[in-house]
Amino acid sequence: MEALLAIAIGLLTACGVFLMLRPRTFSLVLGLTLLSYAVNLFLFAGGRLKMDAPPLIRDGANYTDPLPQALVLTAIVIGFGMTAYLVMLALRALAESGDDNVDAKEKS
Amino acid sequence: MTQHAAILPILIPFAAALLQLAAKGYGITTQRSIGLVAVLLGVCAATWLVWLADTGGVLVYALGNWAAPFGIVLAVDRLAAMMVLLTALLSAAALLYASAGFDQRGRHFHPLFQLQIVGLQGAFLTGDLFNLFVFFEVMLLASYVLLAHGGGMARTRAGLAYVVLNLAGSALFLIALGMLYGTLGTLNLADVALRLQTLDDNHALARLACILLIAVFALKAALLPLSFWLPHAYAAAGAPVAALFVIMTKVGIVSIMRVQAIAFAPASATADLLDGWLLPLALATVLLAALGALAAPRLRDLTAWLVLASAGTLLITPVFPQAQVSAAALYYLLQSTFVAAALFLVAALVAERRGELSDLFQSGPRLHAPWLGFAFLLAAASAVGLPPFAGFLGKLMLLSALRDSGQATAIWFVLLFAGLLLMLALGKNGGRLFWERSPHHPHAIAVPAGWRRAIAVTLLVSPALLLALFARPVADYTARAAAQLHQPQAYISAVLGENRATVQREVRP
Repeated sequence: MEALLAIAIGLLTACGVFLMLRPRTFSLVLGLTLLSYAVNLFLFAGGRLKMDAPPLIRDGANYTDPLPQALVLTAIVIGFGMTAYLVMLALRALAESGDDNVDAKEKS
Repeated sequence: MTQHAAILPILIPFAAALLQLAAKGYGITTQRSIGLVAVLLGVCAATWLVWLADTGGVLVYALGNWAAPFGIVLAVDRLAAMMVLLTALLSAAALLYASAGFDQRGRHFHPLFQLQIVGLQGAFLTGDLFNLFVFFEVMLLASYVLLAHGGGMARTRAGLAYVVLNLAGSALFLIALGMLYGTLGTLNLADVALRLQTLDDNHALARLACILLIAVFALKAALLPLSFWLPHAYAAAGAPVAALFVIMTKVGIVSIMRVQAIAFAPASATADLLDGWLLPLALATVLLAALGALAAPRLRDLTAWLVLASAGTLLITPVFPQAQVSAAALYYLLQSTFVAAALFLVAALVAERRGELSDLFQSGPRLHAPWLGFAFLLAAASAVGLPPFAGFLGKLMLLSALRDSGQATAIWFVLLFAGLLLMLALGKNGGRLFWERSPHHPHAIAVPAGWRRAIAVTLLVSPALLLALFARPVADYTARAAAQLHQPQAYISAVLGENRATVQREVRP
C-alpha cells in the first residue's frame, strides 16, 4: 500500500507541475488542483498508513494519529477557497484581454 | 487582562472586519470609522505588548488553554512584539491614506484590509508552524483581493501571477510541514527545536523538511531566484495596499531569522543548513535590485526594487550567529519598512498631480507641492543610507557588525556599491520628477492632498528622522530583542514549561 500511495502522490505531483507550466490559465488551475491533491495525500501519509484504525485515542485501542487528518482538513478548505478565487481572477483576465494566455496583453 | 494581551492584536482587526461586514449598509463612513478606531486600538495594544515583552520574559498564550506542544500557542518575545508594533503603525498610516478615497474604488476594501492585518499579526505572534501556515494564508488571501482592488488589466495580470506563485508556495509549505511532522512528530516551534537537538537518525528527511521550509520563507522574502514576482506585484498594487505589502517580505525574513535562531542553529543536524548559499544569493538579490532600480521607468517601480534591495540586505544576516548582527538587521528593518511605504504613497500623490504623465520619470509640470518633494527627499535619502537619517545608521550598524566576519569584503563591497547605484537612480529620477519642466505639460492638476493623506505621508516619512534621533533607545531595544532571539533555551522552556520533561513520546515506526 505504501508503494501505491507513493506512486499516486508522485504521479499527481508530476502531472500538476507539468500542467502548471502550460501557458493557459485553465491548465494552470487544473495543475494547481492536482498539486494540492498530491500535497493533501502527502500530509495524510505523514501520520503513517494504518488500516482499520479510527483517529480516536482510547486505552488499549488501535488508533491512528488524528493530527494529520486535522491538518489535511484545514489544507483542503484553504486550498478550495484559493482555487475558487484563482478561477474568478482567471475569468476576469479572460474578460479583460479576450485570451486566457497567462502573458496576454490588454485588448486594444 | 495581562494574560490576554498577546491575542489582542489579532482579535481587534478580526472583530473590526466582522463589524465592517455587518455595517455595510450604513455606508463607507461607518466602515472607515470602525477601521480607524481598530487600527488605533491595534497601535495601543501593540505598544502595550512591546512594553510587556520588554519588561518580562517570553509571553506565552495557550489558545483554549491547551498547553504546548498539544495546543496552539502564541509566543511573544521582543522580536514578535516589535514586528507587531511596526505592522500596527504601518497599517494605521496606510488605512488613513486609503480613507481619503482609495477605498471606494472597489468593494469590501475595509474588511479585507483588517483581515490582512489579522494574518500579518498572527504570523508574527504564533509559535506553531502549522498555525503560521494558516496565518500566511489569511494574509495572502486578503492580499490577493487587495492587490486587485481598483481594477485594471495590469492589476489582474500581476494578481494572477502573484496568486499562482503563492499557491505553489503554499503547496511547498504543506509538503515541508508534512515531512516535519512525519519525522519529528510535532509542529510546535519550540518542540521542533528540542527534537532536532535530540535527533539520532532520519537526518536527511528532517534536513530536507527544514530546507523546504526555508525555501518557502525565501519565496515570501523574495530571495533572488524567487524574487521576480515582487516588482510586478508591488508596482501594480494601489498605493496604500503597496505600502502595507512592504511588511509582507519582512514576514518571510523574520520567519527565517526565527526558525534559524531558535530551531536550526542550535541543533547539530541542521546547524549548517544556511551556510554557503544564503549569503551569495542575498548579495545577488541586492545587486539585482540595484540594477532594477536604475532601469525602473516609474517611481512606484523604483520603490518596489528598493523593497527588494532591503529584503536582500536583511537576508544577509540570518547566517550569522552573532546577536549584534541580528540587532543591526532589526534596526535596518524598521527604517526600511517605513521609508519604502512612504515612497509608495509619495509616488501615488505625484502621479495624481501629473495626470497622464503619472509617476513616469519624464519632465513634467511644476507640482506646486513643496512638501511632497521634501517628503521624497527625506525618504529617498534614508532609503539609500545617507547621513544623518535612519537608513545611514542602520547600514552603518550592519556593516560594522559584519566587519569581523570572513565574508566582510564581499558584503561591504556589494552593499556600498548597491547603495551608490540606488543613490544614482533616486537622485537622477527624483530630480527629473520634481524639477525638470516640460513645455508640453505646463500645468499640474491641482488636487488637494487632504489632511488624511498628508498625515499618512508624514507618519511614514518621520521615522527616517525619529529613528535617527532616538537611535539609542531603539537600537538598545533591538539589541535586547536579538539577544533574546539568540537564546533559544529561554524561548523553549517558556513555551513548553514543565511539560518539557513529562511529555511521553510515542515511538514512531
